[in-house]
Amino acid sequence: MIKTENLHKSFHIEGKPPLHVLKGVTEHVEKGEVVSIIGPSGGGKSTFLRCLNLLETPEEGKIFFEGVEITNAKVDINLHRQKMGMVFQHFNVFPHLSVKENITLAPVMLKKKTQQEADEQAMDLLNRVGLAEKANEHPGRLSGGQKQRLAIVRALAMEPDVMLFDEPTSALDPEMVGEVLDVIKGLVKSGMTSVIVTHEMGFAREVSNRVLFMNDGVIAESGKPEELFQHPQNDRTKEFLSKVLY
Amino acid sequence: MEYINNIIKILQEYWRVFLITGVGYTLLLSFVTVAAGSVLGVFLCLGRMAKFKPLNWVVMAIVEVVRGTPMLLQLYIGYFLVPKMLPFNVPEIVSIGVALVINSACYVSEVFRSGIQAVDRGQTEAARSLGLNGTQTMTKIVLPQAIKNILPALGNEFVTVIKETSMASTFFVGELMTSYLIVKGRTFLTMECLFIVGVLYFALNFVLTRLLGVFERRLKASD
Repeated sequence: MIKTENLHKSFHIEGKPPLHVLKGVTEHVEKGEVVSIIGPSGGGKSTFLRCLNLLETPEEGKIFFEGVEITNAKVDINLHRQKMGMVFQHFNVFPHLSVKENITLAPVMLKKKTQQEADEQAMDLLNRVGLAEKANEHPGRLSGGQKQRLAIVRALAMEPDVMLFDEPTSALDPEMVGEVLDVIKGLVKSGMTSVIVTHEMGFAREVSNRVLFMNDGVIAESGKPEELFQHPQNDRTKEFLSKVLY
Repeated sequence: MEYINNIIKILQEYWRVFLITGVGYTLLLSFVTVAAGSVLGVFLCLGRMAKFKPLNWVVMAIVEVVRGTPMLLQLYIGYFLVPKMLPFNVPEIVSIGVALVINSACYVSEVFRSGIQAVDRGQTEAARSLGLNGTQTMTKIVLPQAIKNILPALGNEFVTVIKETSMASTFFVGELMTSYLIVKGRTFLTMECLFIVGVLYFALNFVLTRLLGVFERRLKASD
């Protein structure tokens, strides 16, 4: 479903040497697969994920989504992004719109649905994540966990083929992590292809078909969760896991 | 006591010059300046934020020069340059108005730019990740949020412009400070005339800032 070939990305900040964040990442996420990406901060996990829908443009390498090379400048990336939902660490819900409008804006604007169809779908989705009674409120009234659940269904309203999660629980109060993970779990069980950057090791182990360990701009190790967590091969993976699993 | 009597006498005889001509021209000039300045400011802001770099530099240069030179100097330039550039005669107030508008547009363009840039980048990313294009993101997500940063600052610009129009009296265009020059010239009562004009400027801005305050509270309440 998503294939990357030799992705390279550097960040150029004035007055500092360029930061080489991705150093040749080649990976293939199959349809229906749930892939978690773990690893130390600064290892390139989020940058890699953000490259997949071209929120970051790689300097080198190719990305194929459903057989189309989206890194080709002639491709209308907006059309392909409609098929890739994304959930951010800081929720990024739209504060000037009501909860329901947050969900219906994109499907209506991009002519995928009439306002009425979108409204009905939004209520369905809100019911699924237990936010139906908040439909007409503004996100300012929601807790962090509620905002993130809203952000998830906002992405689902576009009926994407794949969901990208960028540390979806890292900005949450501890007692709200569970409610968000439950929503993601439900989604994954329904067969949604997902790529999840996370620091929740237990969660990664439970929901993923495959875990990638990223370090220093490359995928250092990749494998089934039980293998990677119990018998890591790479030294850096061993060191990382020994620090985070105690 | 004598002062008060003089002020009453001046007002009885010249109230039209102050209240109708003076306040009228000041408000007209300020309103036109802010309105036209905002429209021109939008274009400057677009140029400043455009992807085409040379356009950024041109706008940056204009804004820097206008912000780095005295307003009075700009009014002089407008006063002498505008009539030369046009094939027909224009009243002085138009030449001055043009200079005021350009000055205001530069300040307003920066107000717009900072208002837009104050909107969290995550908002743009979220909108783009849903498949919205750049224009849709700007009009539906960024601008509605930026407007809340922009409107209060734009109100302050209005207050500033009202005070700055007093410099146009150098060219005797008829606004409030010109009223002072006219009446003082006829009565030779300097302090009394200054007092009247001062009270009028203060009243204008006081009312305006109160109105803006109410407006700002309404904006906040809608969050």
